[in-house]
Amino acid sequence: MNRSKTLLILLALMAASGVAAETVAIVGGTVHTIGPQGTLENATIVIEDGFVVMVGKAVKVPDGARTIDASGKVVTPGLFSPIGNLGLVEVGLSAGPNDFAQRGDAFTAGFDVADAYNPRSTLIAINRIEGITRAVIAPAPGRPAYGEETGDVGHVLSGLAAVVNLGDGSNFLERRAAAMVVNLGENGSELAGGSRAGAMLTLRNALDEAIDYRDHKDDFERGARRAYRHHVADLESLQGVLSGAIPLYANVHRASDIEVLIQLVADYGLRAIINGGAEAWMLADQLAAADIPVVLAPQDILPGNFDRINARRESAAILAAAGVTITFADDQSQTHNARNITQSAGNAVAYGLSWDDALRAITLAPAEIFGVAGRVGSIEPGKEADIVIWPGDPLELTNFPEQVLIKGESISMTSRQTLLRDRYLQTDADKPPAFRK
Amino acid sequence: MKYSIAAVAAAALIVGACNAHKPENVEEPFASRYQPLPGEPTLLIDATILTGTGERLDNADVLIRDGKIVAVGEDLSGDGATVVDASGRWITPGIIDLHSHLGVYPSPGTASHSDGNEATAPVTAEVWAEHSVWPHDPGFVTALAGGVTSMQVLPGSANLIGGRSVTLKNVPGRNVQDMKFPGAPYGLKMACGENPKRVYGGKGIAPSTRMGNVAGYRSAWIAAADYRDKMAATKSWGEAPLRDLQLETLVGVLDGKILVHNHCYRGDEMSVMLDIAKEFGYKITSFHHAVEAYKVADLLAENDTCAAMWADWWGFKMEAYDGIRENAALVDDAGACAIIHSDSEEGIQRLNQETAKVIGAAARVGMDIAAERAIRWITSNPAKALGIAEMTGTLEAGKMADVVVWSGDPFSVYTRPDQVYIDGALAYDRHNDSINPVTDFTLGTSAAAGGAR
Repeated sequence: MNRSKTLLILLALMAASGVAAETVAIVGGTVHTIGPQGTLENATIVIEDGFVVMVGKAVKVPDGARTIDASGKVVTPGLFSPIGNLGLVEVGLSAGPNDFAQRGDAFTAGFDVADAYNPRSTLIAINRIEGITRAVIAPAPGRPAYGEETGDVGHVLSGLAAVVNLGDGSNFLERRAAAMVVNLGENGSELAGGSRAGAMLTLRNALDEAIDYRDHKDDFERGARRAYRHHVADLESLQGVLSGAIPLYANVHRASDIEVLIQLVADYGLRAIINGGAEAWMLADQLAAADIPVVLAPQDILPGNFDRINARRESAAILAAAGVTITFADDQSQTHNARNITQSAGNAVAYGLSWDDALRAITLAPAEIFGVAGRVGSIEPGKEADIVIWPGDPLELTNFPEQVLIKGESISMTSRQTLLRDRYLQTDADKPPAFRK
Repeated sequence: MKYSIAAVAAAALIVGACNAHKPENVEEPFASRYQPLPGEPTLLIDATILTGTGERLDNADVLIRDGKIVAVGEDLSGDGATVVDASGRWITPGIIDLHSHLGVYPSPGTASHSDGNEATAPVTAEVWAEHSVWPHDPGFVTALAGGVTSMQVLPGSANLIGGRSVTLKNVPGRNVQDMKFPGAPYGLKMACGENPKRVYGGKGIAPSTRMGNVAGYRSAWIAAADYRDKMAATKSWGEAPLRDLQLETLVGVLDGKILVHNHCYRGDEMSVMLDIAKEFGYKITSFHHAVEAYKVADLLAENDTCAAMWADWWGFKMEAYDGIRENAALVDDAGACAIIHSDSEEGIQRLNQETAKVIGAAARVGMDIAAERAIRWITSNPAKALGIAEMTGTLEAGKMADVVVWSGDPFSVYTRPDQVYIDGALAYDRHNDSINPVTDFTLGTSAAAGGAR
C-alpha cells in the first residue's frame, strides 16, 4: 500500500469518526436552505467544526477543505422526525425493550424518556441514512401492546419528550423536556376511566395541583398543605408547562376535543402542540390564532375511530393556508420508519400543499415547534450542519440520500439493513450466509 | 348475467369432491351476484401504457367495449367509443391487493367491527371471511381512489389455519355477494410464527411454540386426508359421514381447488412450510408478509410460490426484524413471483408508492428496475396468486377492462389515479365527484362532501 493511499484511508477514518475539527465544502448542488436565502442553484456550503459558516453562489472554497461534489444533486437540511420512540424500542411486540411508556401507579408528568434513550439502537442508523438527523422521542400512552390485552395502563399525562440528534452518539441530547405528552379524546378517555371529560379533568387537576404546589411550596414541605394526587416529581415537571417553557403535546383528533384544549390553553396561559389532529382543519383559524401547531399524518384519512370521522386529504394545505405551523408524522410507524416522513410530505403536496411548505414541514417547522430552530432546521450560517445530499427531489420515494452530514460529519451510510441486503446479494457464494461478511 | 353463471360453475367445481353428499341441483351457497356497473365503449388515447405483461408502450391507446379490453396499441380506432385524451398520463391495469382486511376489520375500527380473527381455536378452516365483510366499509372507496380494482380479503393471522378468504371486485355493493369476483377460486389463510403461538400460548393451550405450530398444521392435514378418503369410499359403499365444514375446506386445498395463502415472515419458516406442503401434497400459492423472502428467493422460485411483501415495514415484532427495502427486488431478480401487498386500509391506497420505494432502494445497489417490470408486482403477479390471471391483471385483449388512468408516472409520489375503470365502467373519477361512490357510513361526514377523495 503506497503512502498516499494510506493517508487517504486515514483521512477517511478521521472524517468518519469525527476526530478532526475539519472544514467541509459542499459544492455545486441545488441548495434548499429553508432559510432567508431560499433556494440557490449551483451553490457552495462551507462547514467548519460542525457549523455552517457560509452559504451562497459566490462562496470560495477554503484551502484544505474536504470538498463534496454535489453537482446535479439536491441539498436539503437534515430531516426532523417530530414524534416517535427512536432509541426507546428495538422490536415492538413481545421482544426487547419498550421504554416509552410508564404504566401503573408510579410517576406521570415527571416521567422523562431522555433517561432511557439508546443512541446505539439499530433503528438510529436505519433512519439516519435516509435523511433523519434529529428526532423527538416521546413517551406513549402506555396501553397494553397489541395482542397483550392485560396489564397496567398508562396515564393521561404520559410524561416528557426530548429532542435528540442521530449523530455519532456523543452529546445526543439536544433538548430535554421539550414537550409534555397528554392524551385527550378517545385515547385519554381509555386512560382516564371511560370518558374524555375525565381525561380533561385529570389534566386540569394536575395543573391546579402544580399551581397550588408552586404557590405553597413551603407549606407543602412543612406538611401543612393537603396531600396531592400527583407525586412531587410530576408537579415539578408541570412547572415548566405552567411557565410556557414546555408545551403540552396533545394526542387528540376530534374537533370538539381540540376546542376544549384551545380553551384550556387560554385559561392557564399555556402553549400546546397537537399530535394527530385529523379534524384540526375544521378549526384552522382558531389554531392559527392560538399559535398551536399540528403534527399531521396527512395521508391517513380513514376514520380509525369516531374521533377522526371528518379527516380529509387536504388537511395540510388547509392548515398551512390558515397560517398554522405543520409538520408530519405517521402515528403507525413513526419509530421504525420515521424515515417515511418524506412520503407524508409528498402526499401533502399531491393534495395542495406547496412543495416548499412541505419541505419546511419536515425540517425547520419541527425545529421551531420543539424549540431548537436556533441551532438546526435550515442551512444558515451559524447553525449546526445537518445536511442531506439527494440524487433528486427528496420527496420522491425513488430517491434516497447519497450522503448525510450530522453536525458537519459525514455519517456512515451503512445500517443493519444494508448489511443484510449486501450479504444476500451474494447469491453465488459457496458458503452459507453466516460465513459471508 | 354471464358472470353469475360462470361463478356458479366455478363454485361448484371447488367443492366437487363433496357433491355426492349433498342434495343435487342446489346452487352453491353465497355465490357471486356481482354485476358490472353500466359502462360505455371507451377509447383512451395517447398515454404511456404499462401493460402488466412487462411491456411499456408510449403514445398508445386502450379500447374498451362490453366490459372487456378490445385492443391495446397505437392509433386504435374507436368506432363510436367515447374518446378520453390521456396524453401526458399513464395507464396501468387495475391495482390488485393480495392482502386486505377491508370489510372484516373495517373503519371505524371499533370492537364491534372486529370480525377478522375467529381466535377461539387454532384451526378454524370452517370460517369464511366473506361472512364478516361489511360492504359499507369506507375503506373500499378510498382504496378505489387509489386505483384498486380487486382485492383478496382474508381472515386474520391469530390461527394456524384461519379460514377461507374471498376475492372481491372493488365495487361497493349491498351484500358481499354483490362484490365477489366471479369465478375466482377461494383461498385458505394459514399463519406461521409468532401470532398463533402468542394467541394460544397466552391462553395456556397449544400451540405455544413454533414446533407446536407445525404439529398443529400436520394434524389438521392428516384429518383432512382421512376425511377425503372416507368421503371417496362412501361414494361407492356405506353411509356418508356428517359434513364437516372445516375438513371440506381443507380437502378443497388437497384437491387443488382452494389456494393456500400463508402468512409467514421468516425464511426458515417458509422452508418448513414448503416441506409440509410436500408431505401432504398441496401447493402454497403465496407467502404473505414475507419479510425474509429475500433469504429464500431461490426456494420460492423453485416451488413456484409467490412472496407478497411490504416495501418497508419492519421491526414491529421479532419476526419482522430483518426486513429490508430491497426485498421484493431480490425476489423478482431470483425469478420468483414478487408482490407488494398492503395489509392496511391506508396502505392499500398507495401500493404504487410502496412499489416506488423498492424501485429506488434497488437502484441504490445497481439494480435497475423499469416501471413496466415493477408494475407487475401490484397487477399481474397478485392476479396470478389469486387464480384470476386469465381474467384480469394485464391490459390484453379479452381481459376484464380493469384499468387505471394515472395523472402521471404512477411511481411518482405526486401522481394520483384520475380515472378507475372496473369491467369497462367508470367507477371513480377524481375530477367528477358526482359519479364516485359514498358508503352508507360516510354519509354526512366531510368525506362525503369530498373530503376523502
